[in-house]
Amino acid sequence: MSESINTTTTAKESGKSLQDLIRSNGTFLALIALIVINMLITPNFLQLQTLYVNLTQVATIAIVALGMTMVIASGGIDLSVGAVMALSGALAPYIFLSDFGVANPTMGLVLAILIGLLAGLVCGMFNGFLINQFAIQPIVATLVLFIAARGLAQVLTNGNLQVFDNPAFEFLGTGRILGLPFQALAAVVLALALSWVVRRTSYGRYLLAVGGNPKAANLSGISVNRVRLLTYAICGVLAGFAGMVVSAINSASDANQTGQLMELDAIAAAVVGGASLMGGKAPIIGALIGACIIQLVKYTLLANGVHDAVALIAKAVIIILAVYVQLNRAE
Amino acid sequence: MFGFFDRSRDLRTEGVWIAVIIVVLFASLRYDNFLSLYNVQTFFAYNSMFILIALGMALVIMTGGIDLSVGSVVALSSVVAAYASPYGIQVALPAGLLTGMAAGAINAFVITRMRIVPFIATLAMMLGARGMALVLADNKSVSVDWTSNFTKFGLTRVFGVIPWAVIIAAIVFIAFWVILEKTTLGRRILTIGGNPEAAKLMGVPVNRTLAITYVLSGGCAGLAGVILASGFGAGQPLEGLGWELSAIASVVVGGTLLTGGVGSIPATLAGAVLLGLIFNILNFENGQGQISLSAYWQSVIRGAFLLIVVVLQSNKGGSLFRRKAGQPTAEKP
Repeated sequence: MSESINTTTTAKESGKSLQDLIRSNGTFLALIALIVINMLITPNFLQLQTLYVNLTQVATIAIVALGMTMVIASGGIDLSVGAVMALSGALAPYIFLSDFGVANPTMGLVLAILIGLLAGLVCGMFNGFLINQFAIQPIVATLVLFIAARGLAQVLTNGNLQVFDNPAFEFLGTGRILGLPFQALAAVVLALALSWVVRRTSYGRYLLAVGGNPKAANLSGISVNRVRLLTYAICGVLAGFAGMVVSAINSASDANQTGQLMELDAIAAAVVGGASLMGGKAPIIGALIGACIIQLVKYTLLANGVHDAVALIAKAVIIILAVYVQLNRAE
Repeated sequence: MFGFFDRSRDLRTEGVWIAVIIVVLFASLRYDNFLSLYNVQTFFAYNSMFILIALGMALVIMTGGIDLSVGSVVALSSVVAAYASPYGIQVALPAGLLTGMAAGAINAFVITRMRIVPFIATLAMMLGARGMALVLADNKSVSVDWTSNFTKFGLTRVFGVIPWAVIIAAIVFIAFWVILEKTTLGRRILTIGGNPEAAKLMGVPVNRTLAITYVLSGGCAGLAGVILASGFGAGQPLEGLGWELSAIASVVVGGTLLTGGVGSIPATLAGAVLLGLIFNILNFENGQGQISLSAYWQSVIRGAFLLIVVVLQSNKGGSLFRRKAGQPTAEKP
């Protein structure tokens, strides 16, 4: 909301300088700059193969970052997304590999995906419930599932890889529609849908109101608890979906590794995309671009033979710079 | 139990101590060797690292901030300490400590000068310090010099009984306790956490106080890194993953509110000890061989345990447990 107001006011001011333009579209320009830099220095950057690799990898970050952006817009945070990914990612193969799933392949697959999403939903609602009911701070409330959900996934699989061969399920991670990776298209569609929800539905308005000032929202008759519950539920479902995509890419579920540190990537993508941890801003498309930036930085360093560890430092610097630039823009 | 001290009076910290006593009683009756010297020594030697970072985290949280970088800083300073180990503990200890404090100082700079919220600032440091640790260590653990007195520090015991790590944690514990209860700095920390605007108007040097708490938290992580390297004989760039979260959990279990403004150092110690005890007991339970809980069940149990504690401590869930509901930051001096 404030994003769009920002751009309209900038557009209205007649003498709009280049500086203003850079400031109001900073994230997008940063992405373009990254792409240009890559075209100059990274060998074989302008190839379809590169595009596929990056799209395949960025999709899961982007999908989780969308949910994270919603949660951050409500003034919260969700540390459990990575663990929820592990849980859903392990649960789905567990079901279609079970006796029932093997006996009824179609039914098993549908059930597997539904239960994977449902697990995410339940986890998200559990987070929302704790935050609403006991007024526990989001960072602590979601810490519970951060620890326990991965544990559940590991208990479920005994900590082993579940390797599977199920082309229908693998479509989630390796399928292509119109030549583009399925999950990347899913991320874009989800982003457009959520962006519409935030801009055009009353829930979207409520979300920003709750994040901006929960007390005022409550006084104006918004059911703050219901909005929060729904927001964490959305975040949980998206994390569950992303977890299944990761399992599908690998043709195996790995409860120990799936979604490890994903909460950090998702928060980083949301913040780089313009979300404010104070809540009240839901730059959904920004999160998508933020995820692309995080991914592209990782890829740039990797493709140019830079140490993995240096990429971590680069990520840290980018997060700080992105937030710093946005802070100054707000002032 | 410690509620008679000034600054803890807004908190009911008896609960966590009672829980510790119950757990210890239960375990000492159930397991033969629970109160053995060996178990007590190893328990405190190992948990001194967690106690240290929890104490630093407590100060930061009391200002209303958070420090997500401590786990990575432990790893970074363990690597630095391992590299400095040939010069002996007298060099390696300050080196590790200063590394931690430097990381804390960068956090402080980003938070107070660049005005970036602590969550993001220390999240970035979490990534940055981890990256730095991996770069310095070249992606593998750095073995320490066994000929110097560095590893003796991890292995010898003061008076033949107390591990050095425990001595360090005890010194920090007492220092922080005194700071919080008896000094201007302690009062400033709580005032800022209670109401930053009012603190500024009262002339409290907000930025300087915040900076000190982040440097102290980094320093605690630095010391934990030295203990890690000397106790395990290697600087470990991949260790400390998720430690910031157990530190936060310890602080929260100890009743300190994440909103800042109130808190107790002894209760934080109790929180860290309680979380450590849960692990210790699960190990004993496995050792008895009646039921075999995989490491995976342990994380589920830890999560459930954290859930119970935070629900009990929340205003609603703890109305039987807490004196008064809804006064987290209201009763500030």
